[in-house]
Amino acid sequence: MGKCRDIEHAPLRAQAETVLTDYAAQSRDGTGPRGRKPKKRLSGRNIMIYGTLFVVSVYYLLPLWVMVVTSLKGMPEIRLGNIFAPPVEITFEPWVKAWSEACTGLNCDGLSRGFWNSVRITVPSALFSIFIASVNGYALANWRFKGGEAFFTILIFGAFVPYQVMLYPMVILLREIGLYGSLAGLVLVHTVFGMPIVTLLFRNYFTSLPEELFKAARVDGAGFWGIYFRVMLPMSLPIFTVAMIIQITGIWNDFLFGTVFTRPNLYPMTVQLNNIVNSVQGVKEYNVNMAATLLTGLVPLAIYFASGKLFVRGIAAGAVKG
Amino acid sequence: MPSDPVHARQGGTAPPSAARRPRRLLRNLTAKIAAIPMVLTAMVVFLGGTVWTVTYSFTNSKLLPRAEFVGLAQYERLWATRRWVVSIENLAIYGLCSLVFSLVIGFVLAALLDQKIRYESAFRTILLYPFALSFIVTGLVWQWILNPEFGVQSIIRAMGFEGFAFDPLYNPDIAIFGILIAGLWQGTGLIMVLMLAGLRGIDGEIWKASRVDGIPAWKTYIFIIVPMMRPVFITALVLITSGIVKLYDLVVAQTGGGPGIATEVPAKYVYDYMFGGQNLGQGFAASTMMLLAVAIVVIPWAMLEFGGKRRG
Repeated sequence: MGKCRDIEHAPLRAQAETVLTDYAAQSRDGTGPRGRKPKKRLSGRNIMIYGTLFVVSVYYLLPLWVMVVTSLKGMPEIRLGNIFAPPVEITFEPWVKAWSEACTGLNCDGLSRGFWNSVRITVPSALFSIFIASVNGYALANWRFKGGEAFFTILIFGAFVPYQVMLYPMVILLREIGLYGSLAGLVLVHTVFGMPIVTLLFRNYFTSLPEELFKAARVDGAGFWGIYFRVMLPMSLPIFTVAMIIQITGIWNDFLFGTVFTRPNLYPMTVQLNNIVNSVQGVKEYNVNMAATLLTGLVPLAIYFASGKLFVRGIAAGAVKG
Repeated sequence: MPSDPVHARQGGTAPPSAARRPRRLLRNLTAKIAAIPMVLTAMVVFLGGTVWTVTYSFTNSKLLPRAEFVGLAQYERLWATRRWVVSIENLAIYGLCSLVFSLVIGFVLAALLDQKIRYESAFRTILLYPFALSFIVTGLVWQWILNPEFGVQSIIRAMGFEGFAFDPLYNPDIAIFGILIAGLWQGTGLIMVLMLAGLRGIDGEIWKASRVDGIPAWKTYIFIIVPMMRPVFITALVLITSGIVKLYDLVVAQTGGGPGIATEVPAKYVYDYMFGGQNLGQGFAASTMMLLAVAIVVIPWAMLEFGGKRRG
């Protein structure tokens, strides 16, 4: 490819081939008047590709680096030095402070409260929404009932409607059934708004399974739930993992639903983090802020680095809606 | 199963239709019961909620929703409000830049990763990790990096360029670009992954043919590969656009809409009027405008995507 780019205007195959053989001959006797000898590894093209990727990677990693180093410095060092420099004196005090002492304006017991709230929100929300969505997907893929596809289409279109449009009706709905402001209410909200993507994921997966399996199970007399629990569930562990990754990172990172549908004592970690960092009272402690930010990002980052390819598969599935 | 269609047909040659009707309803009954949550979500929340909000955007609801219709008054007030106009301008600037840069950067990065390079998965992991982080975390990190006292500006000044000024988060004229930098950092990885998948789906013969014909690589990309990847670009476009309209958390975390109202966005306007300003009518009207913006992009796309399939 490198060679070809040096040749200008050689649209005919024959021409290209003769030029290529010319090149080969020239490089053999070492008297080639034009064109450098193409090197194996460090050609200009490779330097450009790796150079660009390296620079871009540095840019992408920079914020993570800044978070880490800032959270390990003391405040005097932050005031003097530059934010990219590694800490001269490593201190874990900001981490301790962010976890257990930082103030949100309401209370001063740090991010730990938000962390446990987020755990209490994320675990049931993820499990419940995945169970509901997988049953939906299974019913749509294998039990094609009348009107199923129509409801599913509405569901997928619903995924594009800005949440702001459905926010207030949802508040009224939750108030009517007495769940507004409670943990159960937020779990319901996450189940409802996570449903389009996860249902799509499961529907596509179950459709791709051979139909004979389903038919054989029916001939053997298994019913709806029997087939779901004994045939489908054991076969779809990978897709359940993908759904888990999507839902856990999505729900953990949620901010809007957390502020709208819960009371302050139930605020998830993201909301609490924002309240800590952007609170107006007191002196800004940048190291504590960065430790808190990093702490909040740690769960999705851990899932991302641990899951690798599955994460990509999950977002690709979620991305190609419809 | 009482609802097996085969048995029903064998039972009698011409069963009276009155006897068949309840059977048809009962067919796959468990499946229908199991799908009730989906049906409720689709009909009550998604469809019902949207219709409800649009309907109530024509009322003069204040603290509580009231069915007192006032025509387009809320919309007139909305467009007469300076903050809303600024929000729309910001969204237009952010949206346009974010669209162009995401597509270009995403495609270029994907093309670079597609050169059969070493350490591809390492590079990909690095480029995608911001996508795992929440907008709140993204906003707060970039708020810190762009802090004029300690961040990029102070470092470049310390290097000797005393007059250097780069304080997007404190300068109302360019504040929205500070948000853009953070938004691109978080989101381009996703577009890159989509584009990479698209590039991998392209037949290798195309490359061989263009190489034999001596067409430079960049020309092949622009004139052959990009047109071939039209579906991927459209998917990316729809994704980016629906993401842009939802832009909210990032602004709240990074600038809180400031300085002044320089970085206000529509989603924040909706939230503030609905839950802070006790002015529901404005909130409903503003969210209906957001819905309209999404519909303009999504409906043509859906007609292209699904309308074509049905015919073919």
